Amino acid sequence: MQVNENNFRPKIVAFCCNWCSYAGADLAGTNRLNYPADVKIIRVPCSCRVNPMFILRAFQRGADGVIMCGCHPGDCHYTSGNYFARRRMTLLFSMLDYMGIERERTRVEWVSAAEGAKFAATMNEFVETVTALGENKRLEDLRCKSKQ
Amino acid sequence: MQRIGVFVCHCGTNIAATVDVKAVAEAMKNEPGVVFSVDYQYMCSEAGQNLIQDTIKEQKLTGVVVCSCSPRMHEATFRKAAAKAGINSYMVEIANIREQCSWIHKDIMTATEKAIILARTAVAKVQLNAPLTPGESPVTKRALVIGGGIAGIQTALDIAEAGFDVDIVEKQPTIGGKMTQIDKTFPTLDCAACILTPKMVDCAQNEKIHIYAYSEVESVSGFVGNFTVKIKKKARYVDTTKCTGCGICTEKCPKKSVPNEFNLGMDNRRAIYIPFAQAVPKVATIDADNCNMLKNGKCGVCAKVCTAGAIDYKQQDEIIEEQYGAIVAATGYNPISLEKYDEFAYSQSKDVVTSLEFERLTNAAGPTSGQLLRPSDGKHPHTIVFVQCVGSRDTSGCGKEYCSKICCMYTAKHAMLTREKYPDTDVYVFYIDVRTPGKLFDEFYRRAVEQYGVHYIKGMVGKVAPRADGKLLVQASDLIANEQLHIEADMVVLAAAIEPDKSARSIATMLTASMDTNDFFTEAHPKLRPVESPTAGVFLSGVCQGPKDIPETVSQASAAAAKVIGLLSKDKLTCNPCVAHSDELMCNGCSACEKVCPYGAITYSDKEFRQPDRTVAIRRVASVNEAVCQGCGACTVACPSGAMDLKGFSNKQIMAEVDAICK
Amino acid sequence: MQEQTVKRALELLADGTVNRVLGWKTGEFAYDTTPAVFTSAEEVEKSFIYNDFCGPNLSKYLIKESRKEGKILVFLKPCDTYSFNQLCKEHRLIRENIYVIGVPCTGKVSAEKIKSSGIKGITGMESDGENVTVHTLYGDSTVKKSDAMGAKCSTCKSKKHVAFDELIGEDGEVNNDNARFEMVEKLEAMSADERYEFWRGELSKCIRCNACRNVCPACSCENCVFDNPESGIQQRAAVNSFEENMFHLIRAFHVAGRCTDCGECSRVCPQNIPLHLLNRKYIKDINEFYGDYQAGADLDTRPPLNAYTFDDCEPSIVYKKGGNE
Repeated sequence: MQVNENNFRPKIVAFCCNWCSYAGADLAGTNRLNYPADVKIIRVPCSCRVNPMFILRAFQRGADGVIMCGCHPGDCHYTSGNYFARRRMTLLFSMLDYMGIERERTRVEWVSAAEGAKFAATMNEFVETVTALGENKRLEDLRCKSKQ
Repeated sequence: MQRIGVFVCHCGTNIAATVDVKAVAEAMKNEPGVVFSVDYQYMCSEAGQNLIQDTIKEQKLTGVVVCSCSPRMHEATFRKAAAKAGINSYMVEIANIREQCSWIHKDIMTATEKAIILARTAVAKVQLNAPLTPGESPVTKRALVIGGGIAGIQTALDIAEAGFDVDIVEKQPTIGGKMTQIDKTFPTLDCAACILTPKMVDCAQNEKIHIYAYSEVESVSGFVGNFTVKIKKKARYVDTTKCTGCGICTEKCPKKSVPNEFNLGMDNRRAIYIPFAQAVPKVATIDADNCNMLKNGKCGVCAKVCTAGAIDYKQQDEIIEEQYGAIVAATGYNPISLEKYDEFAYSQSKDVVTSLEFERLTNAAGPTSGQLLRPSDGKHPHTIVFVQCVGSRDTSGCGKEYCSKICCMYTAKHAMLTREKYPDTDVYVFYIDVRTPGKLFDEFYRRAVEQYGVHYIKGMVGKVAPRADGKLLVQASDLIANEQLHIEADMVVLAAAIEPDKSARSIATMLTASMDTNDFFTEAHPKLRPVESPTAGVFLSGVCQGPKDIPETVSQASAAAAKVIGLLSKDKLTCNPCVAHSDELMCNGCSACEKVCPYGAITYSDKEFRQPDRTVAIRRVASVNEAVCQGCGACTVACPSGAMDLKGFSNKQIMAEVDAICK
Repeated sequence: MQEQTVKRALELLADGTVNRVLGWKTGEFAYDTTPAVFTSAEEVEKSFIYNDFCGPNLSKYLIKESRKEGKILVFLKPCDTYSFNQLCKEHRLIRENIYVIGVPCTGKVSAEKIKSSGIKGITGMESDGENVTVHTLYGDSTVKKSDAMGAKCSTCKSKKHVAFDELIGEDGEVNNDNARFEMVEKLEAMSADERYEFWRGELSKCIRCNACRNVCPACSCENCVFDNPESGIQQRAAVNSFEENMFHLIRAFHVAGRCTDCGECSRVCPQNIPLHLLNRKYIKDINEFYGDYQAGADLDTRPPLNAYTFDDCEPSIVYKKGGNE
């Protein structure tokens, strides 16, 4: 498929924990801080609820970038959830990188309920990075060789 | 197949100005399962809620999607509305098209397109929603307070006052804690014993309070409302029901050279002892490590002199089991060990003492009967140097990074009292900062400086060198005058940092309550829930949560009691239904979930399963205690077999959301 | 070795310590051994073997076998004991029902490796511990044993038994030279494009026969997520390509922190996909990020994915890591 560089809009899935990051996203909205509409948020109770399968699923279904946001380390509503999430995501991202998937397509950011501005800035930056990378093809067809 | 109704809110112009709400409602009509879709000006208004309720009835809806503001705003409102119309309140999902759409986008096309995707995602999730019913669990109307210091005592008294039974477990032979060792209290300078001992007596006399002194918590299981606690009553070798506390045994015991903990080893007690005159319970305890009778069977004096016949050398530790609805940690603190601070010569000279030792030296019940005498030669000291922040605010790695909070005030108290009683004594206080926020606190400190002429010097003491003539040479710097000072002191008093009691760590583990890196218990929320631990049903009282003085400890203790009373006054607890659930047929019993659960909500049991070949196999499987689970979902990812799933946020639901977004 | 193992098996059967023996017997070819349960002395005498071709890791079979009546004797090579320990740690084995004899191992010969060196028409093989004599349709040839070992054994991680009731022979040492990560390092040093091409090439060979999953001692689930309709990734023909594409990625993550690096996945892969390189990547990352961890080395350490420290590295370490770009 030929992608027109100028018209390419990435699909971005953002997993946000209910207590900090989702509230941070709400605050960005309350403060009318703009970030691209390409970002769609899925609310999860805690970053530790994010199964690596969900991230792979998103990529395989055509997401161009996946970002996970949680409470800052030490601030988890459930005390330890984001620490587990941090290890899981570190290892998963490292593996994706190892398989040749552009590492910039994945990201973890800690956003507190007070950091509406950080949420918007993070999303702006992430969308820009992913847009520059273009369409995600690698994870969609990792198994099958392209039929040329 | 679900019958889903979609309601798109205008929120006045908040949404409708940027999102074409009619287009969203129209687009949703084509989504699978959607049988009704409409837009409305204010969904959260009574009319809006009525619209939902009427539609549920007319259209026989099984699921509802409201496209509106953040679920953090009105999810509860719409859930209640749905429940009123007769469908389960967890069949409602919110698409956040205000905070996360209309408010952040300017272009109507873009915003509408995104709103449609968000609505579609919510519809995809509702498709897989299942009715959830919050569980209920009963509440045992009895509280446990771990630690019998002023924090534990105040908490227990308040809980008892409200009419609930409360037990205090104290590891020492008497309740009272650190406050019993303190001489006077700032800023009013009333005597600690005079205000504390009546409270101790109140505890002993209150029918609702049971004191397990000389006892320790062995294990805790269960969950909020339903804790089962094993308490070890350590053997005192004295029958507490017979002992009258007359104290004859403690005078006749031939073993005289046991360092007296109550006076911090500055004098001696016997092998059988009562810690101090006002001890509660006032019964004797035999220190097994020092008793000749218990060690080698040669003595028995105490048994001979005891007219009550209370001595029982064969007594054993006893384990009792009790049920509690709430547990309060009030495990307190200790001054840190000063081993690492040898520059202050604490281990080299008897005349270098900690502030707590200084309290005992000035206390009428102390080793010097309240006369301030140098421990080395029993002479009056004429120059005393107080050193602040010994181990507090220490970033060098050998002390504590935090401020111990109480030292500035008690040092001002010590300095003031010394000057008042012995005006011929020169008193120096070396400090980094003087921190005296608190009612009448700064006034107190200023009195020490202005009225009592205490020399406050900003700067740290570099070295204390004991001299052969008994003087202590104190080398220090005065940061304001910018000069080095050499003071010949008779005594040096070190304001040692305080740290949580060592037993707190194991108790936190038993309670599955979390701690910070300094071993202080963490609060459920540092500002809004300061006396609750993140573990439901566990509350925090006193210094175990962070350094604090007596007034603050007492108010926190009462706050914790209020929370406990609130919990115990309920007959039943309603649980969050969005909890983890283990599919036993798939569970391997590998214990991965248990390791990541911050609440100890997962237990294992061996269950029988019928195999395809009609044999029965016994497998270890996990089950989740829904009353304890808070629904974080850590276990669902740790579970290798996918047996663990989270209700309300199931794997399938989240995958459906992912698919709907990426479609 | 063969005599000693048979002798002990017969003794333990005779004195009633065990009622079954889990070991190896010859498969279709002499060099192709297969796990087998022997229930009588006669069977043991007739077909039990232990030689340089006994590659299969027997520990996984104990999940079912240890739940049967009576005690079973199992022979475990050093690397197999790690899997055994890991399974014990995960409560998958009933330890009381198992009698473990640790047997020494100097590396096992891989027929695939010999075939890949160009020797064709193999009819049989023998090993004297130093050299492997290969009988082929075209005559005999000799290969040094060190050149005839598969990926599983050429970079052996340990010759030490971490669990046993008794040992035959001398116990060896843990090998800490990290040679097993060489190929992972090589891949890491490639460009992202090259890595992608490598893995796409390898993974597109996959025929989804599930051999890797079925042999893997870490894949011990009662019901695999790939077979579970509730997991959201169940395989359903033509409906859902998700699992097809992501099978190895998901599987590798599922066993991360639990994989003992026994190498069975690569050994059994009929398409010769170097699957162990996925698992070793996780092991290498875990060692680098969270400190050295060997799954199965003991019974009580917390698996790294179920543990944390306050100052763990952030996921952004992946962007910062050198090697390329």
